[in-house]
Amino acid sequence: MIPTVVNAMADFFFNLPPLVQGILKGLAVICVIFPIAGVCSMAERKVAAWVQDRPGPNRAIVPWFAWIPFLGRFLQRLGLFHVMADGGKMLFKEDSLPGHVRKAYFIFAPIAAMIPALTTVTVVPFGAYIAANGGIVPLALAPLDVGILAVFAVASLGVYSLILAGWASNSKYPALGSVRASAQLISYELSMTLSVLPVFLWINSPGMEASLGFARVVEFQSQPGFWGGMWFIFLMPVSAFIYMVALYAETNRQPFDTIESEADLVGSFHTEYGAFKWGLFFVAEYSHMIVGSAVFTLLFLGGWNPLPWVSLATWVGWVHDLTGWAWLVHPLAVGLFSIAIFLVKVLILIFVFMWVRWTVPRFRYDQVMKLGWQKLLPLAIGNLLFYAIAIALID
Amino acid sequence: MNADFMFYLFATLSVACGVGVVFNRNTINAALCFLLSLVGLAGLFVLLEAYLLAVLVVFVYAGAVVAMFLFIVMLLDLQGGKRPPFTTATSVASAVAAALIALGLLSFHTHGRLATELPAGPGVGATLKGYAYQLFTTYLLPVQVVGFLLLIAMLGVIVLSKRLDPKEVRP
Repeated sequence: MIPTVVNAMADFFFNLPPLVQGILKGLAVICVIFPIAGVCSMAERKVAAWVQDRPGPNRAIVPWFAWIPFLGRFLQRLGLFHVMADGGKMLFKEDSLPGHVRKAYFIFAPIAAMIPALTTVTVVPFGAYIAANGGIVPLALAPLDVGILAVFAVASLGVYSLILAGWASNSKYPALGSVRASAQLISYELSMTLSVLPVFLWINSPGMEASLGFARVVEFQSQPGFWGGMWFIFLMPVSAFIYMVALYAETNRQPFDTIESEADLVGSFHTEYGAFKWGLFFVAEYSHMIVGSAVFTLLFLGGWNPLPWVSLATWVGWVHDLTGWAWLVHPLAVGLFSIAIFLVKVLILIFVFMWVRWTVPRFRYDQVMKLGWQKLLPLAIGNLLFYAIAIALID
Repeated sequence: MNADFMFYLFATLSVACGVGVVFNRNTINAALCFLLSLVGLAGLFVLLEAYLLAVLVVFVYAGAVVAMFLFIVMLLDLQGGKRPPFTTATSVASAVAAALIALGLLSFHTHGRLATELPAGPGVGATLKGYAYQLFTTYLLPVQVVGFLLLIAMLGVIVLSKRLDPKEVRP
């Protein structure tokens, strides 16, 4: 029964024109990213409460749910309805436009924040299925050969939203914030790019067709044997660490929150913003966090492989041998399983983002610059040289 | 037909925004026009199937260089202001420059024909390997020379912009 329905749906989908297929796929991915970004803001408050040993948001509830005896109370305590309450508040609040701002740029800035945030998602593979011939086929909207470069290139455009927002607000603190933003994001981009280069040196051995795509990286982490199945976080811990630190600075998260820094800059670039425009900045920030974590998962945490040294194919083989159920090895089931594995890893990384936020205090701006240029960048260059020499020696 | 339309779209975007860079009095507007012009350029590279070059243009120029421009514009709070009037020297210089550009365009138009048909298939900028191979073999010297020129320009800027005060110079 279920396979026939699935097959009929698949046939219907693949008979659509390619443009409609593309639009549907894009919408499907956005429909996942947007709610995750919304729920992240909720999770942020809940994790903050948990770290600080207080209950956190636990009041909002839809009346009908309050009538459910046990579950309703549980959902209320979980703070689940605050997501809706927050979203509704942002949508229906008066969207004020201060008199002293440069209007066109003021309105354009939040849109400029969303464009790169949602564009980077297209090149990131988020799962895989096993084709009939045993090959692993990654799931991505646009599996580019220059994947990592495309992500970094488009993500680096995110700085313009901060610069424009600060400049268009036409007042002191936002202007300071936008100057900080342009300097900080460029500084950490260098270390970030240098930190991932060893991974791509490692996977592009001489004689092969070169690739900067993510699928190749995951493929390398799913080979048999001790060295083959090793996740790159074990092989290149320093790279992973530098990438992680640079990612925190790039996504404007604590402890590198000097761009926003409400203690000394009020709110910096979003001081003059309110309602939905303000919300868009934060949806964009969370989307950047999600994409950055997804890239970290692909590069260092084995992508959609369930465990280190256990690849997706091995895992599916084990499960099939144990249970003997044929539907478990159906491409659809394997695809959903791999997406679930991938999402779990990404969400764990997002939890780490929040955990760090409430653990490490914010750096001063000069400390951020010193760390970026004098510590992280030399470390990244040294790391790259070390792996370049090591790989040359091994070959 | 479709590719032609895309070419005209991106080419128009690129040229129109390039004109915008020159004629905008507001420096921020000019920098943003430059950004859009680069996006048009990246689109043209994509049409040529040089994906690597397209991504590199966005990465280096759109992502970092223009952001640096905006940073400096905001830091110094530069405004367009009044343009100084033309003097004899500037008029002559601009006339010579315009004549040189016209000559260059004319020579492109008359001599800019390839002797043989290009081989079919992806170009040098399409794949990483092809690009890197050319960069480190055929074009190694030109790249080094251009890099050296940039270094000289950077040193020149430092020398020109730093007003050396004799009292500040220590032996």
